[in-house]
Amino acid sequence: MSSVIIAIIVLGATGIAGAVILYAVAKKFHVKEDPRIALIEELLPGANCGGCGRSGCHDFACACASASSLDNLACPGAGAEVMKKIGDIVGLTPAATTPKVAVLHCNGSCTNRPVTSTYDGAKSCAILGAIYIGSSDCAYGCLGQGDCVASCRWNAIHMDPVTGLPVIDTELCTGCGACTAACPRHIIELRDKGPKGRRVWVACANKERGALALKECKAACIGCSKCRKICPHDAITVENNLSYIDYTKCKLCRKCEAVCPTGSIIDSGFPLTVKEMEALAATRQQQTQK
Amino acid sequence: MSHTFHKGGVHPPENKITASSHITEVELPREVIVTFSQHIGAMAVCCRTKGEHVKRGDLIAKASGFVSANVHTPISGTVTRIDKWKTAFGYTADTVTIVAADDDHASDTAYIADGEATRTQEEVAALSDKEIVGIIDDAGIVGLGGAAFPTKVKLSPPPGVKVDMLLINGVECEPYLTNDHALMLAAPEKILAGIKLLMRAAGTDRAVIGIERNKDNAIRLLESLTADEPSISVEALDVKYPQGGEKQLIEAVTGREVPSGALPISTGVIVQNVATAYAVYEAVYLGKPLIERIITVTGPSVKRPGNYRVPIGMNMAALVNIAGGVPADTGKIILGGPMMGRAVVSLDAPTIKGISGILMLPDSEAHRDAVQPCIRCAACVDACPMGLEPYLLATLSRRQMWDEAESGKIMNCIECGCCSYSCPSARPILDYIRLGKTTVGGIIRTRQPKQ
Amino acid sequence: MAQLLTVSASPHLHTKRTVAGCMRHVTIALLPAAACALYFFGIGALIVIATSIAACAATEYCINRWMLRRPSTLADGSAILTGLLLAFNLPSNLPVWAVIIGSVVAIGIGKMAFGGLGCNIWNPALVGRVFLLISFPVQMTSWPLPLVNRGEYFDAATGATTLGILKLGEADPASIDTVANAVGSVGGSLGEVSAIALLIGFIYLLCMKVITWHIPVAIFGTVALFTLCIGGDPIVELLSGGLMLGACFMATDYVTSPMSKKGMLVFGIMIGLITVIIRRWGAYPEGVSFAILLMNGFVPLIDRYIKPRKFGERGAKS
Repeated sequence: MSSVIIAIIVLGATGIAGAVILYAVAKKFHVKEDPRIALIEELLPGANCGGCGRSGCHDFACACASASSLDNLACPGAGAEVMKKIGDIVGLTPAATTPKVAVLHCNGSCTNRPVTSTYDGAKSCAILGAIYIGSSDCAYGCLGQGDCVASCRWNAIHMDPVTGLPVIDTELCTGCGACTAACPRHIIELRDKGPKGRRVWVACANKERGALALKECKAACIGCSKCRKICPHDAITVENNLSYIDYTKCKLCRKCEAVCPTGSIIDSGFPLTVKEMEALAATRQQQTQK
Repeated sequence: MSHTFHKGGVHPPENKITASSHITEVELPREVIVTFSQHIGAMAVCCRTKGEHVKRGDLIAKASGFVSANVHTPISGTVTRIDKWKTAFGYTADTVTIVAADDDHASDTAYIADGEATRTQEEVAALSDKEIVGIIDDAGIVGLGGAAFPTKVKLSPPPGVKVDMLLINGVECEPYLTNDHALMLAAPEKILAGIKLLMRAAGTDRAVIGIERNKDNAIRLLESLTADEPSISVEALDVKYPQGGEKQLIEAVTGREVPSGALPISTGVIVQNVATAYAVYEAVYLGKPLIERIITVTGPSVKRPGNYRVPIGMNMAALVNIAGGVPADTGKIILGGPMMGRAVVSLDAPTIKGISGILMLPDSEAHRDAVQPCIRCAACVDACPMGLEPYLLATLSRRQMWDEAESGKIMNCIECGCCSYSCPSARPILDYIRLGKTTVGGIIRTRQPKQ
Repeated sequence: MAQLLTVSASPHLHTKRTVAGCMRHVTIALLPAAACALYFFGIGALIVIATSIAACAATEYCINRWMLRRPSTLADGSAILTGLLLAFNLPSNLPVWAVIIGSVVAIGIGKMAFGGLGCNIWNPALVGRVFLLISFPVQMTSWPLPLVNRGEYFDAATGATTLGILKLGEADPASIDTVANAVGSVGGSLGEVSAIALLIGFIYLLCMKVITWHIPVAIFGTVALFTLCIGGDPIVELLSGGLMLGACFMATDYVTSPMSKKGMLVFGIMIGLITVIIRRWGAYPEGVSFAILLMNGFVPLIDRYIKPRKFGERGAKS
């Protein structure tokens, strides 16, 4: 019996001693934190994507709580509504932001870009790009190992097994920009999401001269300037044999798309044309037959 | 004295198919493409214009800066193009194309057949140390072991460092490669003459030639030739990869350890390749810049594997055709040896100074094994000649933990590949370490100006 | 060239060694001890070994198939090895249901719960054994006598182990037969009894360069020295109980041992110390399993603070 009592006493004493020490330490090292930080942090998505330019959601919340103006503070993941709530908490009005989305400046699918070698090694674009040009002749396009997929904290990018290119889910993409930093070829750009999610862009990054670019990829921009000439809004520039559409000037008339001889200008968010719907139906049918 | 380096190392199958083959002279091609950036350091600057006529050995591009090297043409002819050309890795490089007319070709061929010395023994003896370094600089000589580091930079030790030994690297620890071996057998006297010049240039009176024991005939030949040379000795080393690495070779021969983060020269030893010594001989005695080198063309199913003396700038596909063409079963082509060489996408590219071999592996040997989970067997830790923990550095790189990778001394990695080679799970350890090295190196460079 | 060229980063050569190959070598190294077990304990040993291997393999297969939904990892041979090692740590009259429970715990909790091969912190076979030892102490500590009941499984006559005899202090320590201990003609777990057979396996592993000498030698040295210091017989301590099996095959498990040579020595010395402390002053007569499991938990710490000497550090200090 006595051993039971001794055990109870020893264990009980150890427990009480531990509790006292924990309490004392917690009191002594207590850090007073602005209660608003916790409130703000609760509103944030908690993905720690770095899209705001801070090292994480907590850092961003601290910055908001101590800021005198919210002009340079915006969480791309949370969106305008949450920013307004954060503004209410700290008593400031957030700056108006236009939602951004990532777009890929490459359309070098397996059919457009002939495969010239097979890569066998660690699955990383950065590693592949450091040892050689990649599995096609294009030194500018997508390397296809999915560094962008790995970098996305929003699960918004996946590799298309058929084309070998990343597909960006515009519903999930918050425009945090992690993928633009992760891509060693720098072919992912943040652009305005556009009215009703409509965008037009040049899906190519090849700076070779026309003939060479076309040899490397059937969907390459050859720098022919047809799009620049037809654009009624002066939104297109051609530099280094590569066309670029300025999304702040583009009025989404899609005339450039119609004249592009290689089909390197693509759009997103527009309703499908009859032709496109037919094509889509045909491929679906093919797939079901398979 | 120790006979090999002590830390780590592996012993892959040697496969020196071409060990007994002599040097085959390659006929001068009618067209060469001279690349400006054939060395470590700043790209050389073109000093020719389109349409200009150049003679064999003429300067094509001039070194631009201290760490840089001149580039010369191996054939006489007319400059037809100055433009970009795809390298064997698919990226583009600045090049000059020189095409030889019939009479250019005839005169070059005749000149090589004569092969007269331009400097006599007395003239060479009268040269000052500075003048020898100057000739080496002008000749565009770079380390021919593979890294292509400008030789004159190595011969200019930083102030306060006393060089007490010249170490000649005849180790050739890479499997398959035999170009240095063939050269040692073919021209030992010329190599020794080059070594004496390098000793003068480096200001030292002692030279050691390090050779692995698998090149027994070369060891005996050089030993007999240096028997009455008190200042030059031959050191036979046990066969172990990566003994040809500068730091490993210094440790194997002298027992000195290059401090972490320091240059090898801080131990007072300058390491030069045997082929570099030979190139120095040619530059000083014959006035011939670095326009040729020995390349081992080899592989299990190559028809005529051998050691070829190749004009630098000759198309690699043409060279391989001389050796019997690319075998039908080829799955991978490697420039250099199989441990540190680089795989190519195409052979339709010019040769450059740093290429020691062209290795064609059959498809059955071209692929990596399936990656399995790390079983913490510590094979990579045991194999690492730099005493690092490759498994940890690879994981840190994959997780982008650059600070931890830096404190794990990722920058000490010599990229020898012993870790990936020895991994039973076939994990791409070096792939990730290399990525980490590049990134950490970039971070260190951005940090320096602030300090 | 018919096919496309393959491009990858150097090195382009790879060793012939594989994970499955390493496991195969260890399994081969255990065969002499398995033969001894069959010789001394007969049908019971056979049933326990077969059940353990089958149950371990089945557990791993089922977890991969239905819980993790990933390809089977049976081909790497590690589950079979775990099964064999677990059986070696069990008495030959252990009921089949207990063997199965031990196997499920070893693979399910000891290994797969951490993510499978290479991720576990504790040696799976020992996790299984210690689970059984604590849960079913009666079944786990009735040791069949060697040789006399080779045909018996359930009704085997049982006796005490060498360490048990020493612990209870009933017999005169001088009466312990060192030769019987070395050959294995004593009571005990079925695979641990024959020190000589285990040593043959250890030498095989050393020759095949599967393991290095550091951990076993550190354990042997520490146990011998420490026993000598506290006035015991080092030879008896070394040859009896699970020390030989633990030191050569359990502590040297790649996954749960340190990466650096210095770390391995520290690991081995600590296992030796803890083993002797448990054997001498603990409640159990045998402490190798607990010692190894305890030190397995310290491996991440050892790896963090005991690093191999880097090339160039010698030069930097001077």
